[in-house]
Amino acid sequence: MNIGVLVFPGSNCDHDAYHALKHIHGIDTSFIWHKESDLGNVDAIVIPGGFSYGDYLRSGAIARFSPVMNSVASFASKGGPVLGICNGFQILLEARLLPGTMMANEQLRFSCKFINLTCRTNRTPFTSSVPTETILHIPIAHGEGNYFADDDLVKQLEDRDQIVFSYCDAFGNITEVANPNGSTANIAGICNETGNVVGMMPHPERAVEKQLGSNHGRFLFDSIDQYLTHSI
Amino acid sequence: MQVDIIITLRESILDPKGKASRHALENLGFREITEVRIGKFIQLEIDTDDPGEARKLAEQACEKLLANAVMENYEIRIPDNA
Repeated sequence: MNIGVLVFPGSNCDHDAYHALKHIHGIDTSFIWHKESDLGNVDAIVIPGGFSYGDYLRSGAIARFSPVMNSVASFASKGGPVLGICNGFQILLEARLLPGTMMANEQLRFSCKFINLTCRTNRTPFTSSVPTETILHIPIAHGEGNYFADDDLVKQLEDRDQIVFSYCDAFGNITEVANPNGSTANIAGICNETGNVVGMMPHPERAVEKQLGSNHGRFLFDSIDQYLTHSI
Repeated sequence: MQVDIIITLRESILDPKGKASRHALENLGFREITEVRIGKFIQLEIDTDDPGEARKLAEQACEKLLANAVMENYEIRIPDNA
């Protein structure tokens, strides 16, 4: 099993993702530079957070045209698991591998703090063993995490089980107060229709050790570990 | 040939930067300013003398990269040909 972590100029959570996968979960992990057009022998891809290309133009807008993204698109179309975290989520949106768009946080401030999350579906390779009754304690760190979807798209996401994570309060209630950035319907993460491409604003790779405040992020990496163990 | 592009958020999309600026202007006493929308201005230099061709290329650039059609509108202006 081998997971590839993409690296763009301006990625800054690539080493955190590598650490979580390789050192915490013991999964063979390699970095893939954005100029590569060949993903090599990988079974899943993580697009990490950061500020690819300095967020010029729009977050993720330029990174999506990096050579590696063509390969990611074809990998995803064959059912390959892809997880985009924070800026990685923004890149997946710009690449149209996920629907909707990202706007500046409603309060116009960069927000870096632990939030509560509820996992809404176990059908993705990254959430298959996340306990849906557990309130996940995972940090966010973004200035543009205000997910926007119009009414039709929200309905589609709900009907097709594409909402993966929602911001909630400490008891799991999806309330306006628990929404840290103004995202439509408290959406924190979504997947494509087939469920193999997942994007999320919170950072599970920053929550893999209790000493750092939480290890709830491990549920996601355990999920992909188990998924790949059974599918390869 | 110079081509100017103005990108604005679609009407239906909340513009938090515009909203914050409007409030600041209101605090400064500009009570007549009832709305502020903030967008982007992009200037292209295109190697052609044909305004039609320049417009077509600028349009493609907007569709492919410069604007995000989900939330933005774009307007192409060719100053020499205005």
